[in-house]
Amino acid sequence: MPREANMGIQELQVSPTLNRHSLIEVTELTKKFDDVTAVEKICFAVYQGELFGFLGPNGAGKTTTINMLTGLARPHSGTIKIGGLECTRNPKAGQHLIGVVPDESNLYPELSGFDNLCFCASLYGMHKNERQTRARELLEAFGLREAADRKFVGYSKGMKRKLTIAAGIIHHPQILFLDEPTTGVDVASARQIRQLIAELHCAGTTIFLTTHYIEEAERLCERIAFIVKGMIVRIDTVENLLQPIQEIKAMLISISNHTDDLCGKLAAAFPHFEFKPLPPHRFALSRQRQSALVHSYDSLRTRAPKLRKPVGSGHH
Amino acid sequence: MKWWIAFWNIVLKDMRAYYLKPPNISWGLIFPVAWTGMFFIKSGSSLESILTLLPGVIAISILFGTTSMLAVTVTFEKKNRSFERLLLAPIPLELLMLAKTGGAILFGVANAFVPIILALFLTDLSQVAWIVLLPAVTLIAIVSTFLGLLIAVSVSEVFEAQTFSNFFRFPMIFLCGLFFPIDSLPALLRPLSYLLPLTYGADILHGATHGKNMLPLGLDFSIITGFCIFLFFTSLRNIHRKWIA
Repeated sequence: MPREANMGIQELQVSPTLNRHSLIEVTELTKKFDDVTAVEKICFAVYQGELFGFLGPNGAGKTTTINMLTGLARPHSGTIKIGGLECTRNPKAGQHLIGVVPDESNLYPELSGFDNLCFCASLYGMHKNERQTRARELLEAFGLREAADRKFVGYSKGMKRKLTIAAGIIHHPQILFLDEPTTGVDVASARQIRQLIAELHCAGTTIFLTTHYIEEAERLCERIAFIVKGMIVRIDTVENLLQPIQEIKAMLISISNHTDDLCGKLAAAFPHFEFKPLPPHRFALSRQRQSALVHSYDSLRTRAPKLRKPVGSGHH
Repeated sequence: MKWWIAFWNIVLKDMRAYYLKPPNISWGLIFPVAWTGMFFIKSGSSLESILTLLPGVIAISILFGTTSMLAVTVTFEKKNRSFERLLLAPIPLELLMLAKTGGAILFGVANAFVPIILALFLTDLSQVAWIVLLPAVTLIAIVSTFLGLLIAVSVSEVFEAQTFSNFFRFPMIFLCGLFFPIDSLPALLRPLSYLLPLTYGADILHGATHGKNMLPLGLDFSIITGFCIFLFFTSLRNIHRKWIA
């Protein structure tokens, strides 16, 4: 098991980049479903005002972890503290501090957008005037004012996600759990949602974001925990996670026509660079004109956004 | 945290989203009317017999009205995950489930008044002990709702809830002394009658409408209250065990 998987909270808290107090503290958290261990002894802390990414493939244990943190699932063992309150056995203790945006929109299809928000606000004890003002404010901020009186069932997927996020923050939670907020929505809606998340973060909300998009986590988060098969394999700041790969600069060039000694020619022309041949039909050079037709080049760095700059049919 | 705001708004939302919808209103009206008409015609007797039929029709209207609704307000919401939103709210589960069942209880009480209002036009109800009948109607609505809740949290699909409900509801028509005295049942079935909460509710109603109850009313009220507590806390235990697993 990698060292970070067993990393205790105390060890994480001394990170030089973070000098804030933790709002979520998780120690040795384990969840089992019969014989299957969905989450195994995970430890992490999320600091006040932080946007913490929880990254992993489908089925890695991200949603199970969120469910345990929010009180929708009971841990097998381990401890959870939300806002300093012991929530392992009494999850209700910390629920007033959190807002949750699940991976699927779960508002009421028969209610309008406005009524959905007002109802969600009422669950947190907000008075009528207060919740109506807040609902209007959020509908405006999320660009849903026009659709306020339409039934939720008639919303597009992107609109549903935005309203679900609005419902998650209607009561001004200190901590917002976002479970794969951009999964299944179109590119434009995903961009808007990321913008909203960034704005919420700037406004001081502590955000726990699960995603399986590394680009999204990298773009939004301050720190990222990688969870694989129920175990956290690494937690670090985005900067530290990217450092090793940023030192390697490589470029993939796709060109037309084929020549066998392309690498040799490139190496002769650029002696300070290393050239490695890739499988056939990826690198080519015109036999007749001895010039490559470059279609595109990609940065091989894994950092997002991945570069893809079409060059067109110009000769290089 | 002002829990009453959450409680009231959950009841209000369910009333608006489910109970006050035309299909449910028509169900709430047509069903009791149909039962009243059917048993009245079947009895072939005079209008006075309405008083002996009324307890059974009231009880059955409440039973079918409430248990049908829980399949929607609980099982359906669990299925489409909107129930999670309630579980995430910082209100105790007991209060949350009381709010979720509050609408069904009110719906059940309203259902009970359909045959009562019809009977007002057909016969003299001056001998009815309303002071006994009204709490009995409320208790039957509560116990039926909690029975519906227990069924709703034991299944995962709406159709399962409906099917499972019928498993209890239809035998109750015959076993709980609604239209036929329990004494007239085969001896083997009689113990079953005493295991069903509606038996005690129907007995109170018989006592309140025409004075022919088989058990002391105090005992009936105590037993039906015991059933309410048992069904409610068993449902809560099932929610903890199955839905917050």
